[in-house]
Amino acid sequence: MGGIYIHPEKISDFEKVKNLCPFGAIEVSPDGTIQINSGCRVCKVCVKNGEPGAFEYREDVISATDKSEWQGITVLGEFLPSGEYHPVIFELLGKARELADKVGFRVSLVLIGNEIPAIPNLFWSQGADQVFVYDAPLLKYFDARLYADIVEDFALKQKPSVILVGGTPAGRSLAPRVAARLRTGLTADCTELDIQPNSDLDQIRPAFGGNIMAHIRTPYHRPQLATVRYKIFSPGQPDDSRDGEWIYCDLPDGLSASIKHIASTEKPKVHNIEDSDILIVAGRGFKKKEDLILARQLADELGGELACTRPLIEAGWLEPRRQVGLSGRTVKPRLLIACGVSGSVQFTAGMKSSEMILSINNDPHAAINQIANYSFIGDLYQIIPALLKFIKNGREQ
Amino acid sequence: MNIIVCIKQVPGTTQVEIDEKTGVMKRDTGSAKMNPYDLYAIETALRIKEELIDVQTTAITMGPPQSEAVLREAYMLGIDHGILLTDRKFGGADCLATAYTLSQAILKIGLPDLIICGKQTTDGDTAQVGSELAEFLELPHIACVLKINSLTNRSLEGVMDLGDFTQTVELPFPCLITVDKEIYEPRLPSYRKKIATRDRPIQTLSFSELPDQNPVHYGLDGSATRVMRVFPPVHHKQNQIFEGTPDTLASEISKILIKMKVL
Repeated sequence: MGGIYIHPEKISDFEKVKNLCPFGAIEVSPDGTIQINSGCRVCKVCVKNGEPGAFEYREDVISATDKSEWQGITVLGEFLPSGEYHPVIFELLGKARELADKVGFRVSLVLIGNEIPAIPNLFWSQGADQVFVYDAPLLKYFDARLYADIVEDFALKQKPSVILVGGTPAGRSLAPRVAARLRTGLTADCTELDIQPNSDLDQIRPAFGGNIMAHIRTPYHRPQLATVRYKIFSPGQPDDSRDGEWIYCDLPDGLSASIKHIASTEKPKVHNIEDSDILIVAGRGFKKKEDLILARQLADELGGELACTRPLIEAGWLEPRRQVGLSGRTVKPRLLIACGVSGSVQFTAGMKSSEMILSINNDPHAAINQIANYSFIGDLYQIIPALLKFIKNGREQ
Repeated sequence: MNIIVCIKQVPGTTQVEIDEKTGVMKRDTGSAKMNPYDLYAIETALRIKEELIDVQTTAITMGPPQSEAVLREAYMLGIDHGILLTDRKFGGADCLATAYTLSQAILKIGLPDLIICGKQTTDGDTAQVGSELAEFLELPHIACVLKINSLTNRSLEGVMDLGDFTQTVELPFPCLITVDKEIYEPRLPSYRKKIATRDRPIQTLSFSELPDQNPVHYGLDGSATRVMRVFPPVHHKQNQIFEGTPDTLASEISKILIKMKVL
């Protein structure tokens, strides 16, 4: 069985060993026996930081797919009920092209829907070599199991090494079904991707909910699935000299819907934080809900939107759509002012591409200071009112 | 009608730090709590129980033995049965192996009419296990359900979040849903229920009781992904730090805002 194996004879201090595991998976019984419980995430920190030889990582290769049979990088495109392509497609195509050129792969795009507009040149110039279209009335509305049937059909026929899926609500519902169907690995919300000469995909994502990054591979299974949130990557430079193949695919036999569509409704247009040039982000430095008025006033004065970090959403202080971070929205505003935000990786991954980041925080060691362009160390309860006064005075002059 | 709710114990804090010199991760392993999103899944099950007659609710969790705490909490909220899925053989499981193990446990105890999961956990943040579980059990599913419009003994009508759109659909039972925070306001644990359920047993399931007895389908062996390494994030930006009185700082901020033509 693969996992972490313990060699107790090489351990001198059993008390110290307990604290080695960030997940508390190392258990030392009163009688001195030591074992690893099911909390183990195989992060290998104990192997690296324990006494030499005390913890050993063993891996059994159960069955490995023949990687040479699986070639090419596929982007799973999402077609919106409004009749438009989701723009994350172009960001994924840009990244797919970059990776494919490193290993000599082709880039394909799969489109699933009904009455999909054919605008091939757009996709060729953005990096696709082939577009596979599954177009039928049955496929008009998103249905995770039905769409997984389609992706399975495509994957078994075309055998792509990598499938990239946009980290949209639909993509995040569909990709796991596909991964389970094909018994393969899926890495969610990747923030960096690279590829090895043997076609192993290097996937980097913030991990374990904390201030750490994990480098993840799917070494024995194909295809390798990854989701990437909108606005994490940028589209490539369009190349109008490129050409490709537009292929209409037959539906697999015995296809049927798993759910009955009743209505698709456009949400009322709200000011999305992703679309705002200026964001004021409130963090846990705010002591109570009522105090958010400070951040709201600042947002109003600067013509921006109020946003926040996850703890404020969990406390129910603001609507979930205002959350910045990987589990919320990814934003790239011209100006972001973080007020009382500590700067967890989960958060910064969702905003670090902002053009200008200011931080107001009373902790000079907060992680946010490492990514902010300018950090102002002090009490937001004093600095924001002072700033509001400055703005007001300036306007009156 | 039977409902199974999948829940998970997660670290009480998301503040994990790596000591840059020694590379040791520091986390307060003492504190743990129920994944906040699971409270919404439990609430959904309890609302259905209140609405329909003869509904049995079961919470299932997979993790080390101390995960029993979240099942106790589920009892305090009003869940009828608790199942702890624990075995060293399940250690090192990624989403795929976790979902597979859960699917085996659910086949063991009997497929319910409805499985409810939270939309994601706060430690893994992948939002994958619910959809993968649906696939392993060959059930239809919808994710990020914002609202349940109506419910019969045969199907439910729910509204799922698709970003700028919502999609209202009817799902026949058996099926799986993952629920978002908008669905209901979760209730608080009840002291009265805590006392009443103090002696209520929790069923433990281990590898030897699952239908699939092939150990390579579980834990690390059953996982398709491998963590190559973990490392502290790298920051690139040049940072300038200002300290001083609130007025000095406010004045410096406004200078930047004027330069950017925001003011």
